[in-house]
Amino acid sequence: MDSSPRFGHFGGRYVPETLMEALLELEGAFARAQADVAFQRSLSSILTEYAGRPTPLTFCTNTSRNLGCKVYLKREDLLHGGAHKLNNTLGQALLAQYMGKTRLIAETGAGQHGVATAIAGAVLGIPVDVYMGATDIARQGLNVDRMALLGARVIPVHSGSRTLKDAVNEALRDWVASVGDTHYVLGSIVGPHPFPVMVRTFQSIIGEEAREQCLHKEGCLPDVILACVGGGSNAMGIFHRFIGDPVRLIGVEAGGEGLHTGRHGASLCAGTEGVLHGALSYLLQDAAGQIADTHSIAAGLDYPGVGPELSHLTHTGRIEAAAVTDSEALEAFGYLSRMEGIIPALESSHAIAYAMRLAGQLGPDDIMVINLSGRGDKDVGEAALRGGVSG
Amino acid sequence: MNRIDRWFLEHAAPAFTGFTVAGDPDPEASVRVARTLVDAGVDILELGMPFSDPVADGPVIQRADQRALAAGTTPDAVFAIARALRADAGVPIVLLTYCNLVLNRGIGQFYRDAREAGIDGVLIVDMPVEESDGVREAARAAGIAPIFLVAPTTSAARQDGIIARASGFLYLVSVLGVTGTRNRVAEETLAFIRQMRSRTALPLAVGFGISEPEHVASCCEAGADAVIVGSAIVAIIERHLGDEEEMMAALSAYIATMRAATGEAPR
Repeated sequence: MDSSPRFGHFGGRYVPETLMEALLELEGAFARAQADVAFQRSLSSILTEYAGRPTPLTFCTNTSRNLGCKVYLKREDLLHGGAHKLNNTLGQALLAQYMGKTRLIAETGAGQHGVATAIAGAVLGIPVDVYMGATDIARQGLNVDRMALLGARVIPVHSGSRTLKDAVNEALRDWVASVGDTHYVLGSIVGPHPFPVMVRTFQSIIGEEAREQCLHKEGCLPDVILACVGGGSNAMGIFHRFIGDPVRLIGVEAGGEGLHTGRHGASLCAGTEGVLHGALSYLLQDAAGQIADTHSIAAGLDYPGVGPELSHLTHTGRIEAAAVTDSEALEAFGYLSRMEGIIPALESSHAIAYAMRLAGQLGPDDIMVINLSGRGDKDVGEAALRGGVSG
Repeated sequence: MNRIDRWFLEHAAPAFTGFTVAGDPDPEASVRVARTLVDAGVDILELGMPFSDPVADGPVIQRADQRALAAGTTPDAVFAIARALRADAGVPIVLLTYCNLVLNRGIGQFYRDAREAGIDGVLIVDMPVEESDGVREAARAAGIAPIFLVAPTTSAARQDGIIARASGFLYLVSVLGVTGTRNRVAEETLAFIRQMRSRTALPLAVGFGISEPEHVASCCEAGADAVIVGSAIVAIIERHLGDEEEMMAALSAYIATMRAATGEAPR
């Protein structure tokens, strides 16, 4: 009865007993699939032929001129579904088939992971139920409709803060009761082992491509890579291949109304160690250990925890954590739209906002890669309400 | 000797174990609720420490956790409730909690505070044995029984690992799913109890979904040493919010019926 693999002291498998065998089964199946040439060929084929990989690494002429350094965007917004999420859901849905599971469940915050799971379920012929907080349903109507159109059932969650955290709770409760035939497609690098390793593995293709593309275009590695961090899957996806390289890696969290207000989602910047949703990581909690309510303009970052691997790499200093506020993100949302004709997701806008702040420290030959984790069409309504769409 | 071990040693009939969320509906009333449960015949008292994100619990206990938290129930308050009960009752007290509340306080401190409050066993719902080295050591040092869950999904190899590490009793999860009442005890549950009975001499307590006297009888016949009733009790509290007299009367009546079903069962 060995304890599960960890990142430093972070991670682990803190779940009710009923889920333990399912996690061990998943760990075994994932290891077999990783070594199975046929599985890897199916995954690679569906990512290329269906999802649209590789995504471009776009040089931003206008932004580079404006910010005074070389700015590239890794275009996960161009992946089918409009966000990086599909890399993971296709991988996990194929793995669910591999294990003989006949139903998929998922949680979603902004709706992107729910849409990506619905897409994977539709194309592979597996029924999908998506748990979504009632608050998020109200602010992400477009994605709710997309999920329904794709044949998924969206189940509103009215407990707790009615956001992403509570959607994860309900998905876990469903899984405890349905573990025999159901696979839980967790959407980020959070949760009990093996989810953090598995989701990061499926997302690592972002960094694999970006590294090769940068070497091809520039003949060298980038100086800085930026990604927004909610749970952290797009961030670890692009960072992982660069961990051993001399490249600054910066995770940008939801500063909400400001770290000093307590209304934010910045677990790496302002959290303490604890266990939420099955893993030991940094999280936002009160003095007694009750999980804190969070706030972000970006539903996908509105989460009190963060992946254990990111917690570890931040703890060791390999990754830098930063935060930008709602209003900075909103400004970046408009900035990139006007400068490059690309509407970024409000989540990804956090990375852009920090890039704008960081640019002052960089010279004209310095190369910055920003992971544009998703497109912002889903956020246009919310941004308009906050006055973020007029010039 | 730990009060839990002594109870099972000294009693021939199965234990009726009643659960309530400490602090529901508020810390003071919660002490009166627990006293009512004990006076009405609960053999072992389980206190839940309210947590903001109780993933193993169904809606009834989730709402009780929310009521308790809204009424200002901190872990300190839970220990104070246990201490108040211990002052006038010899009943074994088992604390159910979630991992983060233990880690936040510090594992050693949590178990020292639990011992000082008169708690006899601690079950951390989201801590499987694989992650439990630290808490078992702290529990042993404090003389508290580390209680673990065994689920219908638990493999034989892991059953053995849990049996080797648990003390007090084994908490058998009778169904796949979260806490909450069910209509009947399934044949698979009874087979699971019989199977576990053949593997260990540790007392077996069956919980999740037990709410009717017939459930109690069939679990005990299959070899259970205790039945645990939670959501059904919490639902009575919820139904009578605002009328404490009615609440206590309803609790007493329900416990008496369930206790009678347990007392008549062989063990």
